[in-house]
Amino acid sequence: MTRPDLIVIGAGPAGMAGATMAAQQGMSVLVLDEQPAPGGQIFRNLGASSTQQRQMLGPDYTAGQMLLDGLAAAPLTLISGAVVWDVDQERTVTYSKDGKAYRVKANYLLLSTGAMERPVPLPGWTLPGVMTAGAAQILMKTSGLLAKDAVLAGSGPLLYLVAVQMLRAGTPPKALVETQTPANYRAVLHHAGGALRGWKALAKGARMLRELRRASAPRYTAARDLAITGDTAASGLRFTAKGQVHHLECATVLLHQGVVPNTQITRALRLDHQWHAGQRCFHPVLSPWGQSSHSQIYVAGDGAAIAGAKAAEHAGQCAAADILRCAGRITAAQRDTLAASAKRNLAGEQALRPFLDALYAPPAAILRPPDAVTVCRCEEVSAGDIRAYARLGCKGPSQTKAFGRAGMGPCQGRTCGLTVTEVLAQATGLSPQDTGYFKIRAPLKPVTLGEVAALHSPAPQQPEGQDP
Amino acid sequence: MFERIGHSATAQVRFTFNGETVIGNAGDSLAAALLAAGHKVFRDTPTTAAPRGPFCMMGSCFDCLVVVDGETVQACQTPAQVGLVVTSPPVPRAQP
Repeated sequence: MTRPDLIVIGAGPAGMAGATMAAQQGMSVLVLDEQPAPGGQIFRNLGASSTQQRQMLGPDYTAGQMLLDGLAAAPLTLISGAVVWDVDQERTVTYSKDGKAYRVKANYLLLSTGAMERPVPLPGWTLPGVMTAGAAQILMKTSGLLAKDAVLAGSGPLLYLVAVQMLRAGTPPKALVETQTPANYRAVLHHAGGALRGWKALAKGARMLRELRRASAPRYTAARDLAITGDTAASGLRFTAKGQVHHLECATVLLHQGVVPNTQITRALRLDHQWHAGQRCFHPVLSPWGQSSHSQIYVAGDGAAIAGAKAAEHAGQCAAADILRCAGRITAAQRDTLAASAKRNLAGEQALRPFLDALYAPPAAILRPPDAVTVCRCEEVSAGDIRAYARLGCKGPSQTKAFGRAGMGPCQGRTCGLTVTEVLAQATGLSPQDTGYFKIRAPLKPVTLGEVAALHSPAPQQPEGQDP
Repeated sequence: MFERIGHSATAQVRFTFNGETVIGNAGDSLAAALLAAGHKVFRDTPTTAAPRGPFCMMGSCFDCLVVVDGETVQACQTPAQVGLVVTSPPVPRAQP
């Protein structure tokens, strides 16, 4: 496949659904995915999971089987273990697999690179033993590993889900420390639009909480001033709740404050982005069908704005249908028919979001942490350092690199980007939109000089067993 | 502290980390195998020599960097394989 009609980057729910539809409609489709098997983070390792893992992870996880089956049956090419490190405006995609780099070009791109966890900067968050709740879930999915006596801290549906999954596996969390306040609950009352679905989601959350209560996992709410204690590794979590200071001893702290779009590729492509005030993050500007500011580049799923796995699947299908129309393979009317149910379901899922965004809104102290807190983990730049750069005249995130290397380490600003924007915006009085974000450049992942030097353009190698 | 659920007949993979033998399961990433074996510090930072271990497990944070065959890699994105020699990246000496 030297020049496919469509390259899909990322085989999570959006990528799998979009690639499957486009291939079924006759397009030649190449799917590039970083993981050893398709599924994305949500359905990670589903195809190879044990019965025990499936029981522990529950129906939200096994629901992905239909997407995996659809992808496997579709006439397309899937290359797993492909790390994409450059994408340009001409829709040339450069990726590495097994230490070799390849280049492939398509008429259309569907970027479905999903989400990553929102950074949770608080004192001690760089200590070994502190991980994200999502990281703990990945360890369950891929290796059946359970954190023992862990404290889960933060806010968001994933926090409850991971707690319940740990419980079902027989290793309940030592405690659940929630940062949500009564103000979060009051805020959701303003979102009548998505309320019905919202309350359903809340009921699901309440069921999980009941399950946790039965297991007598201690729960603290409206917690603030969270700090991880320990010298060379985490030894506990300190926080204030109901006016009382608590210190829970634990070697593992799992943090979570929701997820945000992974915009590395859309940023590198210089697509238009805008600030989402409700979700406190940037996302690419898209048409209702997922078309970006570049007419042949589409974005679908949580990489477009956080809406969850079900929405991602529908958004992937909507994008595929519009790509088919854009390519002249179907008319606009045919597109509307093809994507009718996906469009309807997507709207329903999206209606729920403002409700969840308000309910699980991250606290201000996490978005704009106190001076002493490390913001850039790679280069060890604190919030106070960034405020000092602002006083010296630093206006935008890209300038903070020159002032003090924030965002210049190996993660290329993935983990500190949003915090740098928020802290600078607060210091300068500019809006996050006007403050902007780091300028992202290829290579998006570290590659060796050898890979770059040996870059050759002939067809990529045949993938494992899925070439038609 | 991590423990593995179930005792499936998964093949074991033996490799070394900083000279110590580590036994993981086939299908583990290096990060998962090391965490399961009780290693939580993977490296010290080049800036202040602060200890670090895995944080995101999805290839995004780059905190789990280790060296395999002379190349610095993300332990969470690298499959554990028999015979690998894995070490912590060296900490550059502070500039005088």
